[in-house]
Amino acid sequence: MRRLDTAGLNRRSVLGLAAAGGAAAVLPGPARAAASRVASNARIVILGAGAGGAAIANRLAARLEGASITIVDGRKDHWYQPGFTLIAAGLKPAAYSVSATDLWLPEGITWLPEYAASIDPVAQRVTTVSGHALDYDYLILATGLVLDWAAIEGFDLAQVGQNGLGAVYAGPEHAAATWRAMDDFTRKGGTALFGRPPTEMKCAGAPLKYTFITDDYARRRGTRADSNLIYAAHNDTLFSVPIVNEKVKLLYRDRGVDTRWNHVLKAVDPAARQAVFDTPEGETSLDYDFINVIPPQRAPQVVRDAGLSWGDRWTDQGWIEVDPATLRHLRYPNVFGVGDINGVPKGKTAASVKWQVPVVEDHLVADIQGREGTQRYNGYTSCPLITRIGRAMLVEFDYDNNLTPSFPGIIAPLEELWVSWLMKEIALKPTYNAMLRGKA
Amino acid sequence: MEDLTVETLIAVSEEIFGRLTFWLLVLLALAITGLFLWTLWRDGGVSSRRFLLAQLWFPPGAIAMVGFMLWMTSSRLTDIGGPIDWIALLGLGIWGGVGAVMWAYALGGLARRRPPA
Ligand SMILES: Cc1cc2nc3c(=O)[nH]c(=O)nc-3n(C[C@H](O)[C@H](O)[C@H](O)COP(=O)(O)OP(=O)(O)OC[C@H]3O[C@@H](n4cnc5c(N)ncnc54)[C@H](O)[C@@H]3O)c2cc1C
Repeated sequence: MRRLDTAGLNRRSVLGLAAAGGAAAVLPGPARAAASRVASNARIVILGAGAGGAAIANRLAARLEGASITIVDGRKDHWYQPGFTLIAAGLKPAAYSVSATDLWLPEGITWLPEYAASIDPVAQRVTTVSGHALDYDYLILATGLVLDWAAIEGFDLAQVGQNGLGAVYAGPEHAAATWRAMDDFTRKGGTALFGRPPTEMKCAGAPLKYTFITDDYARRRGTRADSNLIYAAHNDTLFSVPIVNEKVKLLYRDRGVDTRWNHVLKAVDPAARQAVFDTPEGETSLDYDFINVIPPQRAPQVVRDAGLSWGDRWTDQGWIEVDPATLRHLRYPNVFGVGDINGVPKGKTAASVKWQVPVVEDHLVADIQGREGTQRYNGYTSCPLITRIGRAMLVEFDYDNNLTPSFPGIIAPLEELWVSWLMKEIALKPTYNAMLRGKA
Repeated sequence: MEDLTVETLIAVSEEIFGRLTFWLLVLLALAITGLFLWTLWRDGGVSSRRFLLAQLWFPPGAIAMVGFMLWMTSSRLTDIGGPIDWIALLGLGIWGGVGAVMWAYALGGLARRRPPA
């Protein structure tokens, strides 16, 4: 991978073919892909080098010969976000989730370490914050989503870790700071508040898991009897998949989690340790000793300004208008989406990315070859739902709310198991890393 | 998982241990198995006395393997939840036990030039 200094960029430069797919040559990599390398001089721009961007960059670099692939992302650190939960559970240090972005990018592509500032899908041009213009034949959006902290009045990221304020989603350091606050809470007892935003969100199981983990610590430390754990659901369910919802309700009843319905977090007062919720009956406030704040989630402004979002759905969130099966933009067929940015009813997990990447690769390469792609994304979404330290439930489903277990007949879904915990603890990060390299 | 191929498994294992360590472990396992087979061939069969002694290493091997796994993954025996958990635990124990027996037998075979009469 070549790192680009913006000053010397020749956007038309076709990069060294010799370097292309270098990684694939060294490893016993996918012979399948190597065997069917497609010659092309297409200019492909990928926005975002997170889970989806890095994975599709590796797949395309191995698959295409002669294409000019540029990945645009201003973040030097790559974040393994599923690890945030383990960091906030005191099981891993903040560094567990942090690596260098360029570690995951293949030879033969160009990384432009800047953020995109505007996208013009008609002129087929992306402009970066420094004013650099990139023309493309194909655009892949993998920008993930933004956490809208400003939507929670009184919340301040700088205060996370103090006064019982937690924010697992904010990043590795904030997850570690949240652990300090949760650690402190579970030693003393009191009232803890959990919940989720009313928007679509990544890993909708994460707020539920964190409640279970806090409950577990309080039990281990003998403070559970002095603790009240409140889960404020944004509507009248805990999870969008009905069968999972029922199961989590049962478990919450079993663990004594006090569930409140139709509570949308509006404001926090960190000094007074008070949270304000919008409910159908009007505003309600709850006092807390510990709170995990998860804010509304939306598409980045640059994507929303580009006119790529749905016009009639999620209008306050701006997810892009793609075909749910092909992940191809419905109005701009040379634009694809991978990951959290996609305007599809499920799929905001890293596990979904793993299933989406081969689909986008298939349709993009097919288009280069002048044919139609055949692969379909079925909405596969997965989230190992930790129910205590040492146990988890594998929860996997598709667009139609079917359960889609990876190991049918072997590992039961919706059952609290040690092996499912082992998967999250041992196998998830390596699988994620293999996916980033385009190998899983 | 979308397609669980041998390739994916190898890629994932490389990520778990690091590529170098993973292949060193594979080599080590192959070496011990080779050594074990070699002693069998040299002695013209299983030396029953040495095998009996080697078998004493089964329980510590099994316990060490299970203990290591629990420790590595911050879990406890009470986390065992369903049948598949028991099977996994048993599998780990057998793996650790058999591994230890093979080590003991092969290393014992190295130390002793000729099989006991
Ligand atoms: C606490 C937590 C727990 C989770 N647990 C799980 C789990 O157990 N299992 C699971 O499968 N998933 C889990 N996830 C979800 C998973 O991490 C995401 O779904 C996944 O990372 C999505 O990949 P992505 O490529 O869409 O976005 P990301 O990985 O977030 O990457 C987006 C990239 O785009 C870049 N970017 C943003 N704007 C621009 C711009 N304007 N120009 C250029 N680049 C830009 C960003 O810098 C970033 O690098 C969890 C997430 C969190 C927060």
